[in-house]
Order: sequence, then structure tokens, then C-alpha cells
Amino acid sequence: MSSNTYDVAGQRNQTILLVRRIIAYTVLIVLTILSLFPFIILIINSTRSHYDIMQGFSLIPGTTFGQNLTNVLKNEQLPIFRGMLNSFIVAGGSALLSVYFSTFTAYGIHVYDFRLKKFAFTFIMIIMMVPTQVSALGFIKLMRSFNMLDTFWPLVIPSIAAPAVFFFMKQYMESSLPLEIVEAARIDGCNEFRIFNEIILPIMKPAIAVQAIFTFVTGWNNYFTPALILSKKNMKTLPILIAELRSADFLKFDMGQVYFLIMLSILPVIVVYLCLSKFIIRGVTLGSVKG
Amino acid sequence: MASPLSRRKSISYSKWGYFFIAPFFIVYAIFSLFPLLSTFYNSLFENYMNGLNQVGPTFVGLKNFQTVLNAESDMMRYILNTFIIWIVGFIPQIFFSLLLASWFTDIRLKLKATGFFKVVIYLPNVIMAAAISMLFFAIFSNIGPINSMLVNAGILSEPYKFFDHEGSTRLIIAGINFLLWYGNTTIMLMAAIMGVDPSLYESADIDGANPTQQFWKITIPLIRPLLLYTFVTSLIGGLQMFDIPNIITNKQGSPNRTSMTMVMYLNNHLFSKNYGMGGAVSVVLFVVGAVLSILVFYTMRDKDAPKKSIKKKKGANLL
Repeated sequence: MSSNTYDVAGQRNQTILLVRRIIAYTVLIVLTILSLFPFIILIINSTRSHYDIMQGFSLIPGTTFGQNLTNVLKNEQLPIFRGMLNSFIVAGGSALLSVYFSTFTAYGIHVYDFRLKKFAFTFIMIIMMVPTQVSALGFIKLMRSFNMLDTFWPLVIPSIAAPAVFFFMKQYMESSLPLEIVEAARIDGCNEFRIFNEIILPIMKPAIAVQAIFTFVTGWNNYFTPALILSKKNMKTLPILIAELRSADFLKFDMGQVYFLIMLSILPVIVVYLCLSKFIIRGVTLGSVKG
Repeated sequence: MASPLSRRKSISYSKWGYFFIAPFFIVYAIFSLFPLLSTFYNSLFENYMNGLNQVGPTFVGLKNFQTVLNAESDMMRYILNTFIIWIVGFIPQIFFSLLLASWFTDIRLKLKATGFFKVVIYLPNVIMAAAISMLFFAIFSNIGPINSMLVNAGILSEPYKFFDHEGSTRLIIAGINFLLWYGNTTIMLMAAIMGVDPSLYESADIDGANPTQQFWKITIPLIRPLLLYTFVTSLIGGLQMFDIPNIITNKQGSPNRTSMTMVMYLNNHLFSKNYGMGGAVSVVLFVVGAVLSILVFYTMRDKDAPKKSIKKKKGANLL
């Protein structure tokens, strides 16, 4: 008798669990479709001609992928490949500088005891919350007086002071950089700068890789500051070119080209993301809990 | 003998601390701090272009702030716009993130392919906001695939002009914000939920609490600090909303400036070289951001003790 009621209760639990699973999978599948649908439209439409796209949407890819590519290459109004190169220089340069110097700064605060250490740390934590847009006005005026408008310097050099990357590196050092290593190296007669470059950097590699990816992606996607600094056609980065695509008379555009251009600007990031997704997602939890 | 030697050594080492932090502080002072102060200074002047003529700079004290902060000013409208668009995106974001995070971490539910789902929902977060906005503009345009599908299916008799209506434009912007951020929030909340002591769930199971009760009575109270943190950081992010509405509405905030955000307003002043007003708008943004940051600081302080140990453990076995 008692075992019977137990069975009934167990069965009920099983049914509830099954129902919950079905609901969970349904919601997940709907969200997956929602997340992927825009990109599916993007990829399909980038293979279709303007005429086909105007006829309405279809799930069958078109045949004008090559044609769209040559059209994009020939379009002198929007030098997209030049834009990709520019974006690559800006994103790569700022990723390199920000991971190197953030590790550098974090090392200084982590390893040494100096009078302003606490102040320096608190100061960096405070400025982490200041939005970049707030100082943009003074920034452009300053860059104009430095004659740096329409160069990449204003987009790359400021990455040396990246508070969020610094904080990540500091956290990582606290969990996986024992001070004994530094002391051992000192006994071996290394100077501090060499210790950092030859011993600390290799230990920090995993953290550096995660942050390099994140800062590269941020730089690649950045729109606000580059749009204020770069105005010459062959200096523009991808987001600025996309904004121009939007401000040109949209309906007169070859839609095949429009989709193709958007695809080119997000494809590199998608490829990198899919290759390193596990790595990136693990990095999110660690990197995003700021404060 | 040994002690003065080692003291001298430690003094000489401590100097290296300044060497290592110097590049950060020098670059910050030149490229951020000085521009920030100069922005504040500029807000006190009348300084703009009238056609091709330069007006000012003339010192006007707080006059720009009177223009920006009066109750009927454009700025107040744009603050409200920004807030509305943010909240419309944030509500579904926190709802779905909580739901997914609790499902992914539910031991009894044992969902399969969670790795795949996580990769998919996080994907939009790494993609250029400018490109996604342009894509959505193309998809929802009068000649785009959504309209063609709706017309072909007989739901609409003629294309709906999504970007001519206040509601649909704001909804699309909020929708993109949601799509970009819900994956990120889900993964953050998962980490928080996994930090909850599993024995709490086990004993609740024995006491006969169902999953809904467990969610409201155990999960929510224990991850509240992180929820609050997510709320405030999202609000600060919302304050800076720019890329998406700027591209969707082609810098106009159309229709009728109902999707113009604060940073778009600032950006317009920067492009038209109205430095006095631009400065005043920057200062207002700074103050609002500072108030919110202080909030973050207090929410973080509450959870400091339990959170740190979790993070350390995670850091050690990461990678």
C-alpha cells in the first residue's frame, strides 16, 4: 500500500519533470531561432541579387554570391576591404596595448608595496565607471590640437589605460600568481622589468588570451569615438562605413550589396567566436563581474 | 646586519611599483582626465557655429545648464526616451535570463545540449551593434523580408512602415538591445546560481518544495546582490545607448525625435561643433552616471564577502 502511493507520487513527479523539460526545450528552441533568424536572412540574402530580394524572401540561397562580391569590390563609395583593414589595425593595436599595459599596471599594484598603491587602485576602480562619451568633447578638441584627427593614434594609444582589463588581470593574479615566483627570480638576479616580460607574462597567458579576444571584439565593433576622429574615406573603420550605408539613400542601393557588406563586417567576429566559444563563454563570468 | 640590507632592498623594489603603474596614469591623464576637465570647462562657455561664423567662446556661467535642465528642454525628453527604450528591453532580458539560468543549472531537469544553447544565445553579444542595427533596418524596412512575409501570408494588405511609428521603432531598438544582452546576463546569473550551496536545494526537495517555490524562496534571495548589480550596470549601459538608435534612425531619432537618446544628442552637438551645449550635456551624463555608479558600489559591497570566495575558486580552475 505505502509503496503503491510512493509509486504514484514518483510517477507524478516524473510527469511534472517531463512537462518542465518540454517547456524548457520549447522556449530554448524558440529563442535559438530568434537569435539565429536575422543571421540566416543575412547569409541567404547576401547570396541573392537585388532583383531576387525585391521579389520577396525565400529560404533558398541565390546564385549571385560571386556577383555581389565583385560589385562590392568595385564600389568606390564604400571601400569595405580598406575598412576591414583599418578596423583590424585599430582593434589589433588597441587589444595588444591594452592587454600588455593592463597586465603591467596590475603587476605593479599586485607585487609592490608603495605609498600610493591603495590610492592608485581605488582611483582605477572609480574611473572604470566613467563613460567614455562624457570626455569625448575635450578629447576631440585635444586631438585636433595634437594634429591627430584622421590618424589611428587617438583610437589606439588610450587603450594603455583600460581599467576593466586591469581589474580582470588583477583578479587573475590574486588567484594564480604566487609572489614566491617573483622572489625566486630576484634571487636569480633578474631585474624587475625582465622578470615581468620573461616570467610573469607567460604565466598570465590564459588571462591575456581571454582579454585579447574581448578587447579586439570591442575595438572591432566600436563606433562612437572612431566616427568622431576619422573622416577621410580611406581611414574609416567598418562601423562608420555601415552608418554611411544607412545614411545614403537606402532604397536606391543594390540590396544584395547591402546584405553582403553587413555580412563581411560581422563574419570575422563570428568565425573567431565559433572557434573559441567555450573559451569566451568561460571568460564572460570572470571578466564581467566588475567592481 | 641583515635587517637594514633587506629594508634597503624593499625600498628599492617599492620604487618599481611607480614604474609599472606610470604608463597607465600618464596615458589616462593626457587622454581622459584632461579631456574630461576640458569638457567641464567648455560647458561654461557659449561656443557654437552659426552657419560659417564662430560664435564665442564667451563665458556664460551656468546658462547652458539652464537650457539643458529646464523641464521642457529637449534633454529631458531624450532622458525619458532613453529610459523607456532601456526598460522595454531590460524587462524581457532579466525575465528570460533568470528563466534560462535556472533551467541550465537545474540538476534534476538535466537539459541536454546546454553548451550549444549557451553558444547561440551569447552569439549576438559579440557582433557589431552597428551591423545588427543596419541588418534589422533592412529586415524591417518597407521592402524588407518581414513586410514581404506578412503581406504574402495575407496578414497585412500593404507593408507596415515600422520606422514611421514611434512604438514600433522603439520596440525594434529595445528588441535589439534584448537580443544583444540576454545571453550575457544568462551566463552571469548562471555563475551566481551555481555559487548557491546545493544542499539548500536538496533539503528543500526533501521538505517537498516544488521548483517554483525553490526558485522564489532560495535562488532569488541568494542571488539578489548580483541581480541588483545586473540591474544597475544595465542601467548605466542603457544611459550610454547610442549605436543602435543612431544607425536605425539615421542620426535623426525619428519619428519626431522620439527615439533620440542622450548620447545621440551629445553626438549631434559634437558634430555641429556646439561645444557649450555639448559640454553641458556631458556634465549631466557624468552626474547621472556617477550617481548610478555609487549605487553599484553599495550593491557590490553587500555581496563582497560571499562572492569573493566563489570568484577565487573559479579563477583557479579556469582554463
